Amino acid sequence: MTKFQKKLWIGIGIMALISPIGLILPEKFKAGDAWGEWGTDNIKEMLGYVPKGLERLSSLWSAPLPDYGFGGENAAPAAQYGAYIVSGILGIALVWLAVLLVKKTVLKQRENGQ
Amino acid sequence: MHIPDGYLGPQTYVPLYGVSIGFWAVALKKIKKELSAKQVPYLSMAAAFSFLIMMFNVPIPGGTTGHAVGGAIIAILLGPWTAVIAVSVALIIQAIVFGDGGITAIGANCFNMAIVLPFVSYWVFKLINGESRNGARMYSAAFLSGYIGLVVAATLTGIEFGIQPMIATAADGTPLYAPYPLAIAVPAMAVEHLILFGLVEGMVTALLVKSFVKNDAETVFALREA
Repeated sequence: MTKFQKKLWIGIGIMALISPIGLILPEKFKAGDAWGEWGTDNIKEMLGYVPKGLERLSSLWSAPLPDYGFGGENAAPAAQYGAYIVSGILGIALVWLAVLLVKKTVLKQRENGQ
Repeated sequence: MHIPDGYLGPQTYVPLYGVSIGFWAVALKKIKKELSAKQVPYLSMAAAFSFLIMMFNVPIPGGTTGHAVGGAIIAILLGPWTAVIAVSVALIIQAIVFGDGGITAIGANCFNMAIVLPFVSYWVFKLINGESRNGARMYSAAFLSGYIGLVVAATLTGIEFGIQPMIATAADGTPLYAPYPLAIAVPAMAVEHLILFGLVEGMVTALLVKSFVKNDAETVFALREA
């Protein structure tokens, strides 16, 4: 690994550590969900009903760490920020593993001259 | 810009899965043939960077939030086909593990953010930059590459939302999936990215191009001889 690459990885680590900025800023400026990413409760408030297909599909998958947290929206801020950082680090580890898999399968074949 | 489950009907998400799978297949072939040894170490870094930058929600005061994707800088550095894989990896893990973006919408989200965005950004950069290797022209090209790429991806997402009420309604006439028509969804998605989130993608792109040109210019895909 070159010195520059090492620096970039450190930068990525720092990004994970300061990621709670992505929670704090929206809160400070009273900004809500991203457009088109509302939960069914909010949709009900906005429209007075929940579209039937949307309701059916929205519960299709329960992610293990929804919204990069594990305490829910009611957890204490510090716990939310901590969970966000852990999610960021876990995210780095998971994409690293996934890319390793891609490299092992795709680039390995290249080395073998296939 | 991560479309959740339920906002797109199968008439939209199934074809977009098909398109994305097609692009993934070609992208993997391209990586196998063309990714240079110098670029290989940057692939996992690019995917991690894209994953993290999407966690930095930027607020429009009193309004919505959005974020950069990192797809433009990855396309400039590693080429658009490699960016397809790097950003897709980030998006798929975000959907499965963190519930950011729906499982049914993985094809659509990858199409918007991991396919259209990097390709548009790459073309914009090449078009504006020409043959320059540094200076104002290259940084403007990098900024506009990120800005335009993200705005186009957001507009496309708005179109996908907006066509839902035309495609599928319940027996009582209410929309089955995303409820807002094109006239609302497209401006909403486009404007917020034009006024704010696109600027963030543009700045990130310009800053990182600058850093790479200074530290590892040979790696930059978009600056190699055609």
